[in-house]
Amino acid sequence: MNADVRPLDIVVTSTPSDSHTWNLVYLQLLLEELGHRVVNLGACVPGSLLAAECTLRRPDLVVVSTVNGHGYQDGLRTVSALQGVPALADVPVVIGGKLGTAGPDPASARRLISAGFTLVFDDELTGPAPLRAFLATVRTASEAVAECGTRR
Amino acid sequence: MRDPTVTAPSTPAPPGSLGAYVARARAAGRLVVQPRMGMGSPATMRAGLQATRDAAATSVGTITLDSYTRVGDHEAARTALRRGEQLNGYPIVVHDLATTRAVLDGVRDDRFPVQVRHGSADPRAIFATLAAVGLDASEGGPVSYCLPYSRKPLQRSTTDWAEACRQLDRVREVGAEPHLETFGGCMLGQLCPPSLLVAISVLEAMFFRTYGLRSISLSYAQQTAPDQDTEAIRALRSLAARLLPDVDRHVVLYAYMGVYPRTPSGARLVLAEAARLAVRAGADRLIVKTVAEAHRIPTITENVTALEEAARAAEEPGGTEPALDTGLLTEATAIVEAVLDLAPDPGRALATAFRRGYLDVPYCLHPDNAGRARSYLDGDGWLRWAAVGSLPIGPEAVRGRPQRLGSADLLAALSHVADRFDAAGVLAHDGAAPAPATNP
Repeated sequence: MNADVRPLDIVVTSTPSDSHTWNLVYLQLLLEELGHRVVNLGACVPGSLLAAECTLRRPDLVVVSTVNGHGYQDGLRTVSALQGVPALADVPVVIGGKLGTAGPDPASARRLISAGFTLVFDDELTGPAPLRAFLATVRTASEAVAECGTRR
Repeated sequence: MRDPTVTAPSTPAPPGSLGAYVARARAAGRLVVQPRMGMGSPATMRAGLQATRDAAATSVGTITLDSYTRVGDHEAARTALRRGEQLNGYPIVVHDLATTRAVLDGVRDDRFPVQVRHGSADPRAIFATLAAVGLDASEGGPVSYCLPYSRKPLQRSTTDWAEACRQLDRVREVGAEPHLETFGGCMLGQLCPPSLLVAISVLEAMFFRTYGLRSISLSYAQQTAPDQDTEAIRALRSLAARLLPDVDRHVVLYAYMGVYPRTPSGARLVLAEAARLAVRAGADRLIVKTVAEAHRIPTITENVTALEEAARAAEEPGGTEPALDTGLLTEATAIVEAVLDLAPDPGRALATAFRRGYLDVPYCLHPDNAGRARSYLDGDGWLRWAAVGSLPIGPEAVRGRPQRLGSADLLAALSHVADRFDAAGVLAHDGAAPAPATNP
């Protein structure tokens, strides 16, 4: 079913304060099943480590997953660490999970988008469908070069 | 006595120590029950301890620390206290010693021990503080509080934990007996094959013994199949009796640590099954969970209810089914012996073992974990090896294989217990079935 998938290089990561990992294991399996290549950075990833790994690996996409309820705050730190590296400015970054302690919060989600996230998946009830739909829109590095100059 | 091979420790533990309290309860035929409970406010923490003590159960008190203290960010805990913000536990390092002594005064005594639970990969400051306020019991381990919850190198965790054990040992100066509980029997909460849980729990206990502890409890977390859990707890007791003969010890069982049933009746059924499992297999203490577990941090009242329900379930007459032997003890023994052969010091042996993949926790993402072992749930709900990597148990440990191990299968395995007990709870509520079908 994945014959027409363009394999993306994806970095999966948690936030600095979140020690949960089953969400990360699940996402890795899901993304690999969809035909993509995944590097999973695991729990409690500081922004500096994420920026260093992404500078080294030049992924097509960064997927941040967090379920400890601090995602709306910690996500800001994570995305600003990536924005601080000019070479990573065009890499799309998405975040999902249980981002707040009291369910989805549209105002906090908008703050994440303003801070640099491409998309926020904060509705636990939708399952993986929105992420799959989004993946189809992500360009690989070579496509990005071909379309040089086009903003995401 | 349950363990005829046990050799008494050289001096009897003081009556208020956790080890001595559990030994008395065992002699009286009672299961000790204990909550996870921690509040930022000293007054609320004290109220929680009082309510635990006054529950209709043989109970031990718990002070669970907040996550800032867990990661050593004491400044953040101090700021939260100053601003009056809610903490998710008791910040024992930043509260005044006098404040914590007042929390304990008249509550904790010879008839009511209190354990500090923390989750920290570096508990040195925590252990120094609890010794200073007159407490003597805590938990964790160099592997179990490093691999799942931090990025800290395992080698450094073992040296920090060695020093922390020495900090705790200071309580001997005031005539107390320090007690530590391994968290190694709970790795990742779910989907770790029981033989590996047993092996890590025993290895952490041997680590504690090397660094001075003589009163130790060995943990095991309820998994997916009662018969397999019974075999695992018996294997744990048997290995501990052989390898820690001169230590005051008991097994502590954790009610299910993975995705918890969402319905109150499902949650109650898991807890009751854990209590029966403890009694049947010879675990002397049970860490309970509440009906609120799947949703939020439980209240004091919910904790007391769980303690009393677990105590009642433990009093129910149990089955007398013969002990199963599917090779779990053999597997756990092979792992423990191979690791101990790597180095005379258990800390170094643990670090080398993970480097070589002799210890390899399925689905654990820590950089020091080899990540070649895999587990799955078989058709009967037993936890099995799908791949053993370099674990010293040989490929024959892989009996049968899953069809596949995709993301949907992982989700199903993670929620297997919650789904089973939620369904059983609905049936029981309707009067159609009294208990989950797989309970013997």
